[in-house]
Amino acid sequence: MFQNIGEMVVLFWRTLLALPLTWRQRQKVFDQFFEIGNASLLMVCILSGFIGAVIALQTGPLLVERGIASAVGGVVGYSICKELAPVMMAILIAGRIGSAMAAEIGSMRVYQEIDALRTMNINPIHYLVLPRMVAISIGLPVLVVFAILVGWLGGAFVCVANPRIAISFAAFLSGLQDVVKIKDVANGVFKSFVFAVAVGLVSCHQGLVTLGGPRGIGRSVTKAVVNSIVLIVVLDYILTRVLQK
Amino acid sequence: MMNAPSDNQKGVSVQVRGLRKTYHGQEVLKGLDFEVNPGEIFVIMGPSGSGKSVLLRHLIGLEEPDTGEILIEGKPIQSPEVMNQYRMAMVFQSGALLNSLAVGENVGLYLAEHRLKPPEEIARIVAEKLEVVGLKGTENKMPSELSGGMKKRVAIARALVIEPQLILYDEPTSELDPLSAVVIAEEILSLKQRIQVTSLVVSHDRDLAFGVADRIAVISEGQIRTIGTPEEVKHKPDPVIQKFLQADFKRL
Repeated sequence: MFQNIGEMVVLFWRTLLALPLTWRQRQKVFDQFFEIGNASLLMVCILSGFIGAVIALQTGPLLVERGIASAVGGVVGYSICKELAPVMMAILIAGRIGSAMAAEIGSMRVYQEIDALRTMNINPIHYLVLPRMVAISIGLPVLVVFAILVGWLGGAFVCVANPRIAISFAAFLSGLQDVVKIKDVANGVFKSFVFAVAVGLVSCHQGLVTLGGPRGIGRSVTKAVVNSIVLIVVLDYILTRVLQK
Repeated sequence: MMNAPSDNQKGVSVQVRGLRKTYHGQEVLKGLDFEVNPGEIFVIMGPSGSGKSVLLRHLIGLEEPDTGEILIEGKPIQSPEVMNQYRMAMVFQSGALLNSLAVGENVGLYLAEHRLKPPEEIARIVAEKLEVVGLKGTENKMPSELSGGMKKRVAIARALVIEPQLILYDEPTSELDPLSAVVIAEEILSLKQRIQVTSLVVSHDRDLAFGVADRIAVISEGQIRTIGTPEEVKHKPDPVIQKFLQADFKRL
């Protein structure tokens, strides 16, 4: 475990040092960014829309019963932008994109493609890790912005359509605006950026240390997803604590 | 007709001194010593698991020895001088083409990534190298569309783009049908004649070894049993070597 952490710190440091080369690798960054968006946008919309709807469904009737229906928008808006959208989308991306990163880099390692790069004096961190890290670090926050908006819309739809809540869209929006400030959205987006770096780092690292054949690739993919999810939850607590101050 | 290679295109000498490597307590290379002359085709032959591929990985700098050294033109292989001054390439057993790139992109990868030539020039060089290995017009194919032999020829074309002074081949004819194996062997010989590159071939294919080698080293259990010309090796009265050379299905 400590060896893995040490290796990831080194990988992170080397990737940071390679950041000035991002412009040179822009085509690969764009390809990866497109892959992340293309593969995940629909899932992000479905997931966040239903999460917003469920939060509204769970909290709406309770708040209406207690005569504070105007708070529904605030509850849905606040919980989605500060917590649910960044965490759920990061977990989705860990499963969808992190696993693909680990599998792709892992199979390149197993089938000697990374060795071939080294023999051509091409640094695998510059060629493989940097574009993925940059793309996921931009891609996940962008997806989280979408997720927040769609989540709010999902919550608003349930508030308007469900007879047990039955508040207007304007009332929902007004409640949301009372509670949610721009810094709350920025807070969620910042969290998602940190999660993205964590998912990218764990997944690329697992790919680079893959050993053995197809079984080794499978093991790396599983480790990448599980470790990413654990790290997301731990980081979520730490970031929430730090950002509360 | 090809031009004679200039001095910085000619093959380099390789010296291996006291090379030892241990993995998980098992000594895989047990103090190897040999020398490869510039422009020579030097074949390292031996049974599977004898340490041939590990040796090759040391020679291209993918592994570091526990003790001993590898010198290129008398300078340590890991030194910046060697890195900057000499060009080396390796043809992997599987070809190791990047599956996400088309054939042309694979062949031109070195030039494109290091920005050594403009894209049009890279395209011209790629077409030229693919023609050399008999794969003209395959630039847009994906590696998954190629046979094993074609993949190896693309890997050779990729190596040629570097204009290497030393090419290392890891089991270049394994998994190939006899006809494809002959094409690869002809390729190795023709490169020597055309650009005087130093070639180091690791193989357990006796036909390839005796067909292309200037000299052969037989390696067994991490040690070199003998080094000599194909004729000398063939007549070496060493039971381990003779057993390896005479292994034949007919004797079953």
